[in-house]
Amino acid sequence: MNTLINQPTNQPTNQPINQSTSQLINYTLHLADSNLILTQRNAAWCGHGPILEQDIAITNITLDLIGQCRNFYQYAAQLINQSTNQPITEDSLAYHRTEREFKNSLLVEQQNGDWAHTIVRQLFYSTYQYFLYEQLQKSTDTNIAGIAAKSYKEVKYHVSWSSEWAIRLGDGTEESRKKMQTAINELYTYTGELFTPTEYEQEMLKIGVAPDLAMIKQSWLTKIYEIFEEATLSIPEKVFMQTGGKTGTHSEQLGYILSELQYLQRVYPGAEW
Amino acid sequence: MKTDTYIHPLTNKEIAAVWALMEEVCDPEIPVLSIIDLGIVRDVKIINDAIEIFITPTYSGCPAMDAITIDIKLKMIEHGYKNVKVTHVLTPVWTTDWMTETGKQKLNEYGIAPPKKSYDASGTMPNCPQCNSGSTKLLSQFGSTSCKALYQCNDCKEPFDYFKCH
Repeated sequence: MNTLINQPTNQPTNQPINQSTSQLINYTLHLADSNLILTQRNAAWCGHGPILEQDIAITNITLDLIGQCRNFYQYAAQLINQSTNQPITEDSLAYHRTEREFKNSLLVEQQNGDWAHTIVRQLFYSTYQYFLYEQLQKSTDTNIAGIAAKSYKEVKYHVSWSSEWAIRLGDGTEESRKKMQTAINELYTYTGELFTPTEYEQEMLKIGVAPDLAMIKQSWLTKIYEIFEEATLSIPEKVFMQTGGKTGTHSEQLGYILSELQYLQRVYPGAEW
Repeated sequence: MKTDTYIHPLTNKEIAAVWALMEEVCDPEIPVLSIIDLGIVRDVKIINDAIEIFITPTYSGCPAMDAITIDIKLKMIEHGYKNVKVTHVLTPVWTTDWMTETGKQKLNEYGIAPPKKSYDASGTMPNCPQCNSGSTKLLSQFGSTSCKALYQCNDCKEPFDYFKCH
């Protein structure tokens, strides 16, 4: 199972998947993985939010994210099952894969840090999701288009929530502004990857499944500049952009996340509530 | 969301009976609303001996969907239907505009401000379900469940849930 998902095009399997399906599986897993990892990060705020309403807000956003990623995982599992007859489920995709097989972007695996870090990470990711899902609704893959249309409505609320926080804290006290700017300076290096297409994204672009990331980048930058201007915050100049997460080369953070996320299913395989 | 007309006419009565039964299945988190009020039952089909009921989630992560699926099956079994399948469909995407007028009225009486129509939702505040004042303020866009936001009335000061427009 692991071999199949990790390197579907090069590794021999008992029933090989064709190239374009394997890239579609990779792409669907990438969409699911980024949401799952951010879900696991955000979930750590449950019971620890700065005030009750915001504790509820971040966990509600996270609930949307897990719902979206379940839809993507179910679709990926269906694609794998149809091609190989392997008993793959949404759960085995979430719980039985290793770091190298996860295709989430580096941004979402970064530590929660303080509230400012969490807000900046959410703002960067939600804004990206917003423009991505807006385009994915037109995907030639009707399953992906359907999931995107559903998710798009939810993400609108996430963008408005995180941008309002960015403005409140950025244009707040000297202390809150400093914390926000520090978080931006630390996290901005992980945003380039969102718009750097992998092989599977290029393949999906060719057949109209995925949108052109260059276009998403433009919309994203415009929106982020607009929010930061109101928030009196700035985007750092000349930043080296980290990449690798989307093809399985992660920062040291992901191993720790997975060991916690997958612990129960690794120790008690198939355990249920 | 009418009964499927492609089906053989003899079965139409049976389909109508299933739709009527769905009026008795409630949202576990907002028990005053039936799943018909909520607008999430999309279709009922009879295929051979099996009855297939199609429902659509309100929010992707709504935990009530699993409970609703079980409740539908239980309700059908209770009325002697053995072969029942509940299928989740994502498209077309659910919108609060599908909520029935009766449903909105029930929500308001229950103390939850009903959703505005999506085309006139921007800028207008929900009325307070307690005193009907139009002067209300948003406390948080996120509330006790995925589908609700938290508001407060400026006149009677009562905090209340608003079923957000989606």
